[in-house]
Amino acid sequence: MSATGIGAPVRRKEDLRFITGKGQYTDDVVRPGETRAVFVRSPHARARIKSIDVSAAMSMPGVIAVLTGAELANDKIGNLICGWMIHSKDGSPMKMAPHPALATGTVNHVGDAVAVVVAETKGQARDAADQVKVDYEPLPAVADPAKAQEHGAQQIHEVAPNNTIYQWHLGDAKATDAAFASAKHVTRLDIVNNRLVPNAIEPRAALAEYDAGADHLTLWNTSQNPHVARLVIAAFVGMAPEHKLRVIAPDVGGGFGSKIFIYPEEVICLWAARKVGRPVKWTAERSESFLTDAHGRDHVTHAELALDGEGKILALRVKTIANLGAYMSTFSSSIPTYLYGTLLSGQYNIPQIYCEVDAVYTNTVPVDAYRGAGRPEATFVVERLVEVAAREMGIDPPELRKRNFIKSFPHQTPVIMNYDAGDYQASLRKAMELADVKGFGRRKREAARHGKLRGIGYSTYIEACGIAPSQAVGSLGAGVGLWESAEVRVNPTGTVEVLTGSHAHGQGHETTFAQLVSERLGIPFENVSIVHGDTDKVQFGMGTYGSRSGAVGMSAIVKALDKIEAKAKKVAAHMMEAAENDIEFKDGKFTVAGTDKSAAWGDVALNAYIAHKFSGQELEPGLKETSFYDPTNFTFPAGCHICEVEVDADTGNTEIVNWTAVDDFGTVINPMIVEGQVHGGIAQGVGQALLEGAVYDKDGQLVSGSFMDYSMPRAHNLPSFTIGLTETKSPSNPLGIKGCGEAGAIAAPAAVINAITDAIGSEQVLMPATASTVWAALERANVARQAAE
Amino acid sequence: MYNFTFHRPTTVRQAAGLLAKNPDAKLLAGGHSLIPVMKQRLAQPSALIDLAKVEGLHGVELKGRSVVVGAMTTHSDVANSPIMQQALPGLAAVPAAIGDPQVRHMGTIGGSIANNDPNADYPAACLGLGATIITNKRKIAADDFFTGMFSTALEDGEIITKVSFPIAKKAAYEKFKHPASGFALVGVFVSKRGPEIRVAVTGAGANGVFRVKSFEEALKRRFAAKSLEGMTIPATGMNSDIHASAEYRAHLVGVLARRAVAKATA
Repeated sequence: MSATGIGAPVRRKEDLRFITGKGQYTDDVVRPGETRAVFVRSPHARARIKSIDVSAAMSMPGVIAVLTGAELANDKIGNLICGWMIHSKDGSPMKMAPHPALATGTVNHVGDAVAVVVAETKGQARDAADQVKVDYEPLPAVADPAKAQEHGAQQIHEVAPNNTIYQWHLGDAKATDAAFASAKHVTRLDIVNNRLVPNAIEPRAALAEYDAGADHLTLWNTSQNPHVARLVIAAFVGMAPEHKLRVIAPDVGGGFGSKIFIYPEEVICLWAARKVGRPVKWTAERSESFLTDAHGRDHVTHAELALDGEGKILALRVKTIANLGAYMSTFSSSIPTYLYGTLLSGQYNIPQIYCEVDAVYTNTVPVDAYRGAGRPEATFVVERLVEVAAREMGIDPPELRKRNFIKSFPHQTPVIMNYDAGDYQASLRKAMELADVKGFGRRKREAARHGKLRGIGYSTYIEACGIAPSQAVGSLGAGVGLWESAEVRVNPTGTVEVLTGSHAHGQGHETTFAQLVSERLGIPFENVSIVHGDTDKVQFGMGTYGSRSGAVGMSAIVKALDKIEAKAKKVAAHMMEAAENDIEFKDGKFTVAGTDKSAAWGDVALNAYIAHKFSGQELEPGLKETSFYDPTNFTFPAGCHICEVEVDADTGNTEIVNWTAVDDFGTVINPMIVEGQVHGGIAQGVGQALLEGAVYDKDGQLVSGSFMDYSMPRAHNLPSFTIGLTETKSPSNPLGIKGCGEAGAIAAPAAVINAITDAIGSEQVLMPATASTVWAALERANVARQAAE
Repeated sequence: MYNFTFHRPTTVRQAAGLLAKNPDAKLLAGGHSLIPVMKQRLAQPSALIDLAKVEGLHGVELKGRSVVVGAMTTHSDVANSPIMQQALPGLAAVPAAIGDPQVRHMGTIGGSIANNDPNADYPAACLGLGATIITNKRKIAADDFFTGMFSTALEDGEIITKVSFPIAKKAAYEKFKHPASGFALVGVFVSKRGPEIRVAVTGAGANGVFRVKSFEEALKRRFAAKSLEGMTIPATGMNSDIHASAEYRAHLVGVLARRAVAKATA
């Protein structure tokens, strides 16, 4: 392993600019004549717009335009769409309601945009926005997903009776019921997977500029996938043809999924820029982020696990209501279905699984992918059920897991997925060693002496990453293919630029992708740059989410590097007057087999461009190759997280005292970056388990709409993590990578709740398990115990 | 934020004069509650009168059997004051537990108690020690000063200049932090000064800081955590929100009071 190649903990190239404040985010981009946009947003969860009077706002200083949904409709700007078709069990297509970028007729959630003010300065735009008079007729709202389908609930969209978007299912209902009928033991749980606000550090932003001379639009935005944004805005919204629209996602400060989607504000900035003939910029305020970024999770689930007398799992039955909010966001339909139901087999050999998911509209912000996207919800269901089943049956929880682990690969689950490689016993064993599970009893007794209830919780999670084989996802309803592209440009001096369709917004691609190129070509790490995030530079790409950039994005680079090597060998053969088949390439040097002739990488690159040593009829000059890589399967990162907590019996406060994570991510390119991903993922998962919760009141007002009420995880909420790796390489991509971006967030919530419930001896703990919640659970358990005595 | 006029007087008299001339003005005493509200356009003062440069409002000094803190002394300066740490360590711990370093270096004692946020820490310390709030016009006992949520006995044009804390032999503060805001979900300050026992609670009450007479009576018999064993207060009148039920807050008052007494007697 070289100091900068695959497996080296190379420091991140991008951090110099990030930590010295030299990053260039959308809001940092300034265009000549730039104006500022401020949105007028609904204060009501649901209301009819009786009228909008913009005259007072128009007369305010600095105001250039005040635009509403009526004008948007006049200009025939299309609606935002959801790009993944889900069919209900009766075969009917999902009920996608119109989602105009500016509301007309009715508003459907607090924060729904009804008008935009464009002014010389942000202050002027904001002052004028206060003067836009919207006459609302408030209507009753429904915010609780569990109540959305009830008879008599408010009908939010005409197209969706009972507010039901689809009633999807997966698996064999009859066979599952039969397995339950034969079970010796059934564990039942009611689960709420709490709703989360993504809260990337950089708020969403958009800057649009129209070049009237070229009839061309440019959009700078905070996107995880600028090409998909361009495709949707061109082909569905109809803003401009693709070749007349350039989308640039420069430095992006965190996404966690929330910046995958196409949002109203970027559409409106483009439209307004063309209308006013000047660049239009919008940057969300934090309170707007709370009210308009797509939220995550929000499931209400009843789940049942059937086991035989020895703790062998026979079947799993799951019924979930998934809240998709007021409109269907770009990929929202796929999250509680093909990214959720398909992972319900966990790490276990479960003969029968049947899963039903009803997706519902509510008068809340749209819900879509958020770090893990469906897989944390699935893991929480499976890992809570397994843990509780073990406790109910008096079997040690890791032992029950071991009895049911999948041990041979490939393994076909009853819910579509075909696991290609893994060793679940190895990660469990290693985690139990690192966590000193043997010493837990002693630690628990020691804690009890200090009035603390100590508990231990396991989460042996699995996820499907490396999203995804295009034909497979196409057959499941995806509107796009999920391959990735790469272009490798070798300059005449031998330095290399890699253009990738992946997009970095914190992941460190500029470092890890350069490590791959450095290793493969044997050239210095510093001589490689990674270019991404601009539709004018990178021809097309599918972007970054679902832990796909290593497994899919880097595989595309590998393919392009294969072509580069093949071409460079041809050049080298001409230079050294040898047969092409005799050329060997190693450590940045071309040699002729059986001779001492050699040519350095830089010489070959130069010769490819000066083209003096070969005829243009035989070989094209230049050294540049492109590749599209379509994966053959998902990848299946898996592992074991063990959480130990101490609960203060007097206050219900939970302190996480130990955390052990052993993950199998396949090949690791940069262990330091992987550790960072694991740390961040666990922090987010702990946030969900202990602290975070987007709470709507019954009228659809977001009660936790600021950091004063929405509790983000902080350093003091977390212990130092003990981290280990096991490795089974993914056979589904050339590097053997599985992906690491979401694992922590997927594994952590179940580990925390399993630990707390172990500590307090009650399973009735909802997330976030705040001190108040845990104390209430302790009280209920005390009351129940006293009643029993 | 809406536009406003910014004044920076150098004497209390100048500040009072500006306040008299600008009835919509707000005093700026750190601004860590006021500025965020202004940024959200929920407050629109015509003018801000910044007290940062006013003479004589800074510092911690020993005066007889009291510690006197200038109204514009930052939380950090109070927490780190050797005088305070020596004379009233239980009080020094209060500003040390406020917010984060940024807040502690900007926020002031005068700003905190004038705002009387129902979850703020200083009101519990003032009431729990029987402090005297000194203004440009008069002296107000803490028992009379805090009149309800975000409400005080301060009159128009009145400016807090100092807070005088009698030195109690035993005093301690126990705070259960709100997980998001870092304010007190519940905070309990206890003190014993001669025969006088005080137990003051912030964060829990729907109407702001209050004393718990039943606890004080119990502690008069013996100032020990054991005296409060099993004692609690009714949940009626407690705040209830998405973070904690009224029952939980009432329960915490008992737990934290016992812990505060234990700390004060340790």
